Amino acid sequence: MNQLIASLLLAQTRTDLPPVAPEGGTFWLPPGASTAAGHTDAVFYFIYWVSVFFFLLIVALMVYFAWRYRARTPGQAASGQVTHHTVLELTWSAIPLVLVVAMFYLGFRGYMDMQNPPRGALDVRVLAKKWDWFFTYPNGHIDNELHVPVDAPVRLTLESNDVIHSLFIPAFRIKRDAVPGRYNKIWFQARQPGDYLLMCSEFCGTRHSDMQTRVVVHPPGEYEKWLTEASDPFRTRTLAEVGAMLVARRCLQCHTVDGRANIGPSLKGIYEHEVELVDGTKVIADDDYIRESVLYPQAKIVRGFGREMSSFKGILKDKEITAIIEYLKELSNDSR
Amino acid sequence: MSAMNPANPTSDVPPATGGNYLTQTRGILSWVFTRDHKRIAVMYLVSILAAFLLGGIFAILVRTELLTPNKTIVEPDRYNQFFTLHGAIMIFLVIIPGIPAALGNFVLPIMLGAKDLAFPRINLFSYYLWLLGALLAVLAIVLGSVDTGWTFYVPYATDVSAGGTLMGGVIPVLLGVFLLGFSSIFTGLNFIVTIHKLRPPSMGWFQLPLFLWALYATAIIQILATPVLGITVLLLIVERAANFGIFHPSLGGDPVLYQHFFWFYSHPAVYIMILPAMGVISEVISVFSRKHIFGYHFIAFSSVAIAVFGFFVWGHHMFVSGQSALLAMIFSLFTYAVAIPSAVKVFNWLATMYRGAIVLKAPMLYALSFLFIFGIGGLTGLFLGALAVDVHLHGTYFIVAHFHYVMMGSTLFAMIAGIHYWWPKMTGRLYSELWGRVAWVLAFVGMNLTFFPQFLLGTHGMPRRYYNYPPQFQFLNVLSSIGSYLMAAGFVITAIYLLHSLFAGRRAPSNPWGGATLEWQCSSPPPTHNFDQPPVVGDPYDFGALKYDAAIEGYVSKT
Ligand code: HEC
Ligand SMILES: [Cu+2]
Ligand SMILES: [Cu+2]
Repeated sequence: MNQLIASLLLAQTRTDLPPVAPEGGTFWLPPGASTAAGHTDAVFYFIYWVSVFFFLLIVALMVYFAWRYRARTPGQAASGQVTHHTVLELTWSAIPLVLVVAMFYLGFRGYMDMQNPPRGALDVRVLAKKWDWFFTYPNGHIDNELHVPVDAPVRLTLESNDVIHSLFIPAFRIKRDAVPGRYNKIWFQARQPGDYLLMCSEFCGTRHSDMQTRVVVHPPGEYEKWLTEASDPFRTRTLAEVGAMLVARRCLQCHTVDGRANIGPSLKGIYEHEVELVDGTKVIADDDYIRESVLYPQAKIVRGFGREMSSFKGILKDKEITAIIEYLKELSNDSR
Repeated sequence: MSAMNPANPTSDVPPATGGNYLTQTRGILSWVFTRDHKRIAVMYLVSILAAFLLGGIFAILVRTELLTPNKTIVEPDRYNQFFTLHGAIMIFLVIIPGIPAALGNFVLPIMLGAKDLAFPRINLFSYYLWLLGALLAVLAIVLGSVDTGWTFYVPYATDVSAGGTLMGGVIPVLLGVFLLGFSSIFTGLNFIVTIHKLRPPSMGWFQLPLFLWALYATAIIQILATPVLGITVLLLIVERAANFGIFHPSLGGDPVLYQHFFWFYSHPAVYIMILPAMGVISEVISVFSRKHIFGYHFIAFSSVAIAVFGFFVWGHHMFVSGQSALLAMIFSLFTYAVAIPSAVKVFNWLATMYRGAIVLKAPMLYALSFLFIFGIGGLTGLFLGALAVDVHLHGTYFIVAHFHYVMMGSTLFAMIAGIHYWWPKMTGRLYSELWGRVAWVLAFVGMNLTFFPQFLLGTHGMPRRYYNYPPQFQFLNVLSSIGSYLMAAGFVITAIYLLHSLFAGRRAPSNPWGGATLEWQCSSPPPTHNFDQPPVVGDPYDFGALKYDAAIEGYVSKT
């Protein structure tokens, strides 16, 4: 199935990608557009200022000592020979200890928040595959871009069917590996509508650095509109492609597309070919015949098969049946 | 304290009778089959520097490709091989063995007043193992077109570069790395036994120079961690040969398990890289401040503490790979624990400088820049230890910058400090101090210009190992590449004046810097058996017994 999806949604080199995040942000960080970003950035800047303080202290002392106590003549002896000072040693062990425990705690809290999505989060499945992303939305729609509503928790369940990839959205401050053979989860809640960049951050081969896509955070109400539109398969695909998807979803329990018979005859190569029915008559499997087989399967029964097929009347729309016919047409072209 | 040469108290140690270790025997075979730790050290040094040149060329190629957001000089696959070669060569061939195998090998026995290491033959054997491993690893990467990065993560490493054969792709590379590991185990073992057994009776554990404490702590890590690398290779082979699922998901294995194995070795390996560097810095700062090292015991124990804690932090490489939150918490905590002994060392070095008589010669310049660079490298580690922040920074250029500050900036600068510091002892010549400064400025400025912008690239979201990158990152990438060219210029100049000094350098006195450790009591270069007269063991950081002799531009014993 994954293979099929992949063949339908061929990866293209993207030239239309947004920057990591819209304008703004601080010197060190791009604007944070998720609820997690607030905490992460606060911890970042806490550690940053502690580091700046200690770094300046170390360098200032070093430069000052190097200048103040420089040797003026070769062979000059040091002016003091203190070799140790236990209280001092313990002090400068204890102060960093307190600080790093604080850093640990703050970092840990933010991490735990990222682990546990609130109830009712929108569930999106993510398939990472060399070198593209496939997002499956709750209604079954599969897309190469991640679209989410603003201010709603979204849970991503990641999987990979080749090597390890990693989903990274800098503006949301989240990242999670997509590991073959296991499901990894992460969640976020976007705070700002807009376009953001999503990148693969675990090396995965030749086009690792092209494995980028867009995250679109929709303003209230827009996400549903987008999903309905995007889910309309005819918008982005050819008839035959839609037909292939429909057959995969509705027909492959009984039919095959590789020439082997199953519960029903193979659908490969039947289009505009002769078929023998149970009563011995022969018909050509043209458009009307296929349409009839789908809507009124009992009308004509193929020799050697049973009556298992039930009608798709009311299930498949006219346009969808046309798409299936197109696909079957392609299948017989292939076999010629 | 008794004099080394009572008859003529102001003169230098006389040159070794019967020639020094370089001249005593001649011919290529006298090197190939030597058991002299000094010659083996020189062979290591030459090989390691050759590897450094090779790794450096790939670094420059990588930086050149990154000058533009799209293709600059090569196609993506070639680029991926470049950074794989750069990483693998620099880590396994240069930084891990650099200080212990080259400098440590040379000075460790002399610092103990011994003739040689405990097992001279094993020492030679481990050099050849290193050579073999190095050739195997590099050839396997080149011939197998391995483009996995130096971490060789499965299933990418086993699928993509494997070519489907049992020994294809990444396995021979790892075998090479394992040979290198074995070489490292032997060296470690040799060091431990030597320090235990060949110490003069009058030298207690707390009279060991701190460089030896550092090498000792390193040796323990080498012995304990490296076998895991061997086990990993073995498991990979078993998996491939018997289709027995261990790491590969298609066989029911778990790729994250591979990461655990890999980092169980490779994280401690980070301390194999940094601890000896810290040892060098302790020596240099004390000697060039003319002052007793401050807090000897704290520095010594902090090496051991780092070695021990270093074993319990490997999981910090997997905070986003799906390991359990509980494990992540434990690893984060231990990671922070390592920060304390590191900080203690830095403060002690600063306190050593306080009220010293500081001499800013090349070794000291590199040592002080070590404090600067390690300051940045260490402090940026604090960001990565914090779980929430690591989630953002993991796998980005922030990591690249951080570990280059620690491994390239700190370890390599310490190694260069050490090379300059022991150069007169090893070669009997003095290098040009002027050119030393010029090169240092280039290397120091270049190093910071190369890697500081990468912190910003990382925090703004540029992932590592990117061939194409969003155009918004170009400016910082160009800065970084320019920095790398400056740094390369600095290293080239260093190579030139060091080589030049071999032929034209002034003859070095036996103790040009006024060091109180025992290697300064033998002639420069030392005789094959190291000491013509047994050295006088004392406090390795007590400079009171030395005085400067302007006639020889070096230090001699006062009495
Ligand atoms: C429950 C099993 C089942 C399902 C599901 C099913 N079929 Fe069938 N189908 C059969 C069987 C059995 C036959 C042969 C007997 C007959 O002609 O009805 C058949 C026959 C056909 C035929 C005539 C084949 C020929 O060689 O002339 C066509 C066309 C066909 N099916 C199309 C479809 C399509 C399109 C779908 C999906 C929308 C589908 N079927 C779903 C069982 C199934
Ligand atoms: Cu990737
Ligand atoms: Cu680590």
